[in-house]
Amino acid sequence: MYEHDVIVVGAGGAGLRAAIAAHEAGADVAMVSKLHPVRSHTGAAEGGINAALQEGDDWELHAYDTMKGSDYLGDAPAVETLAKTAPEETINLEHWGMPFSREDDGRVSQRPFGGLSYPRTTYAGAETGHHLLHVMYEQVVKRGIQVYDEWYVMNLATTDEPDPNDRTCHGVVAYDVQSGKIDGFRARNGVVLATGGPGQAFDHTTNAVSCTGDGHAMAYRAGAPLEDMEFIQFHPTSLPSTGVLISEGVRGEGGILYNNEGERFMFEYGYANNSGELASRDVVARAELTEVAEGRGVNDEYVHLDMRHLGEERIIDRLENILHLAEDFEGVDGLVEPMPVKPGQHYAMGGIETDENGQTCIEGLYAAGECACVSVHGANRLGGNALPELIVFGKRAGQHAAGADLGDPEIKTGFGEDVEVEDGVDLPVEPGDAGLGADEGVAADGGVSADAQGSLERAVERERERVDRLMDKNEGIQHAEIRSKLQNAMTDYVNVFRTSDGIKKALRIIRECREEYQDVYVDDPSRTFNTDLQHTIETRNLIDVAETIALGALVRNEFRGAHWRQENQERDDENWLKHTLISWNEGEPEIFYRPVILEGKEKTYEPKIRSY
Amino acid sequence: MSTQQPETQEAPEDPEMKGAKSPVDEREREGGMVDQTAVDRSDLEGETVHIKVFRYDPEVADKQEPRFDDFYVPFEKGMTVLDAVMYARDEYDSSLTFRHSCRQAVCGSDAFFVNGKQRLGCKTQIADLEQPVRIEPLPHQEVVKDLVVDMDHFYDQMHAVEPYFQQEDLPEGDLEEQRQSRENREKVKMSTRCIWCASCVSSCNIAAGDNEYLGPAAINKAYRFAMDEREDDEIKEHRLRILEQEHGVWRCQTQFSCTEVCPKDIPLTEHIQELKREAVKKNLKFW
Repeated sequence: MYEHDVIVVGAGGAGLRAAIAAHEAGADVAMVSKLHPVRSHTGAAEGGINAALQEGDDWELHAYDTMKGSDYLGDAPAVETLAKTAPEETINLEHWGMPFSREDDGRVSQRPFGGLSYPRTTYAGAETGHHLLHVMYEQVVKRGIQVYDEWYVMNLATTDEPDPNDRTCHGVVAYDVQSGKIDGFRARNGVVLATGGPGQAFDHTTNAVSCTGDGHAMAYRAGAPLEDMEFIQFHPTSLPSTGVLISEGVRGEGGILYNNEGERFMFEYGYANNSGELASRDVVARAELTEVAEGRGVNDEYVHLDMRHLGEERIIDRLENILHLAEDFEGVDGLVEPMPVKPGQHYAMGGIETDENGQTCIEGLYAAGECACVSVHGANRLGGNALPELIVFGKRAGQHAAGADLGDPEIKTGFGEDVEVEDGVDLPVEPGDAGLGADEGVAADGGVSADAQGSLERAVERERERVDRLMDKNEGIQHAEIRSKLQNAMTDYVNVFRTSDGIKKALRIIRECREEYQDVYVDDPSRTFNTDLQHTIETRNLIDVAETIALGALVRNEFRGAHWRQENQERDDENWLKHTLISWNEGEPEIFYRPVILEGKEKTYEPKIRSY
Repeated sequence: MSTQQPETQEAPEDPEMKGAKSPVDEREREGGMVDQTAVDRSDLEGETVHIKVFRYDPEVADKQEPRFDDFYVPFEKGMTVLDAVMYARDEYDSSLTFRHSCRQAVCGSDAFFVNGKQRLGCKTQIADLEQPVRIEPLPHQEVVKDLVVDMDHFYDQMHAVEPYFQQEDLPEGDLEEQRQSRENREKVKMSTRCIWCASCVSSCNIAAGDNEYLGPAAINKAYRFAMDEREDDEIKEHRLRILEQEHGVWRCQTQFSCTEVCPKDIPLTEHIQELKREAVKKNLKFW
């Protein structure tokens, strides 16, 4: 058994920032990550960090752009916190040595990004995330913060009160990937989940293979609601063969999208007459797929992104990494030919419901970064807003978990009086626990005791038993088969364009995956570095998360941000200015809603038609 | 920029190999794990690729003796070494073990020894390699299992150079950055691209023979700070003192093997030489 004040799960941008903040607040912190910190997926973020740093720009404009970009589903207190804090946090990174791109006077450079009214994306070439990740890990090394790398966190240890709002999280259960040892990590003050996105629920994704929604699924099983899961961002420019990301920085620097006729379709077909390629991501992704659907795609699959006219010098200076990616992964020389691109799953706007302090409805349980939904991105995240979210809310979660007083949050969490409960969702299948044994289910299975020590010990015992069962079984179905079926269903039916029938098909397949998972087994008998076991546990998490994405998409019968519905192609502010919350309750997902907070400190963000 | 890989080089002998036998000490087993009669290849379109993958597990009786397994993977355009081993794992043998994550050359976890050269699996096109493609763990690192090597020593060496910015005298005000010239950023740019994959250290003869040698990755990390104009002279001198110690920069014999294998094209050897020159300028010790 290990014990610390604060346990941070995951060591990407949000986790590292949380750990540093908790350490600075005086806590004994440990990070537990299934990867080594420098392997985290934050390293793949290319574009940059939005922060109102220059004269003429200000945080209010940043907040406004973010609310508009979110299609008015962001909560104003969170959005304003993001916009206000991003400048000092960005400069703080510079003070830690971050190698930002520079202007002639030695100040940090900023460039335009989609949906921004000012060029406020601070960047380090086209490899901003790599530098951010390494700079923060360096600070963790400097401070001597304990890192348990290659320890896979399998579950949370929470008490078992009937109402999740009354539960407390006392720690986590993890297994040492190298040795197979399963042990408990007790958190005296709090657990911060910073486990990243669930992109592996989809087949074509820019996300790392490690992005399996572990934090989402663990929090969900423990009783914390998942919020706005239907809002999945499809990045307009991923490479067709692999899903490798081509940064929005290319369009920010002036890159142009063409269809197979050589037409600049963003203007030619009126998708975004003012902003063109720099409309927000949901708009561009739909435009590209519409071009393909109408026969103007290249090879009936993708469109072209051209940056040749920018000139070699500028490309090398600001987008060099893109040349390497296009060459290595698509065999295309971006200096002499356009790059093939198509939309790929990129980011989950939704996640574990938290308040501005990163806290969930479960005492002692926090979440930050992509796994959390605070919510700043609403229905669509603007490019360049993920990295400030990591540092702003990672820091706040770390501070609060360490006991710092950040004031009372304005955002509420959990099942409360202010929520509206959905009654009778027309589902094709019962998405609940049928076919799932009590232990294998998605029930609040973190612990069965009300005290700290007891709940952690029981949770450890339960995970050991679970692993023994998976390992002892000698035949059945393997995780790779289930995972691939799940990923294909999500990409086929819960993609950029969604229909009620399609989503129901996806839910049926997800249900089949759940049933097949009852028969899953781990073929590798070794306890040493057993990735077969790890991927098997991850696959269960993916099933839980995929179900919430599909359920959210089915019930939100409107078109907002990244969520397009064939049956209802209009935004419906009258009925849908509210967050979708899905909570695991007594054996099945329960859906409820909480109104979006459009009222900021000084002004209210009135929903307007989103045009670019 | 080219996807063509240079000619392969031979792995140097390793007198201090611990744990598993070096994969260079190859014990081939004909046929391998894949029972070819069990794999219906008639419905596979196009060609298949033959890969020979190093296998070892200290815990499993069948795998305690290191060996190579043969896998035949259906080829698709654009297939990388990582794609091939993932296919082999997911379709044929789920116990096949290797690290990988981002599959876009930034996480640095899938450096393997492929046809005798350190390469990132995810950015190495299978079509560019001679078959059968031999895939082994990085030489000169202790093998944990299959293609997974123990990285602890690598991380320790990285940490030994104090890999963090140390300028304490910062501009006043929360919103005032330190100024850095474009030229200076350009100077350190390549050094900041290191993804800690350990290919360079694995390719280095000196690191193989001297366990205390800081090695090209850690020295490059130190270069990244020592050459950054935002840190002042006093800190730079402190950094040079760490680097000019007995097992520091002077151990480098300028063989360029690190530079040759670096997947991020970092001129590692050049950086080490530049630090030697800086040390001489400061009149520091010459080992």
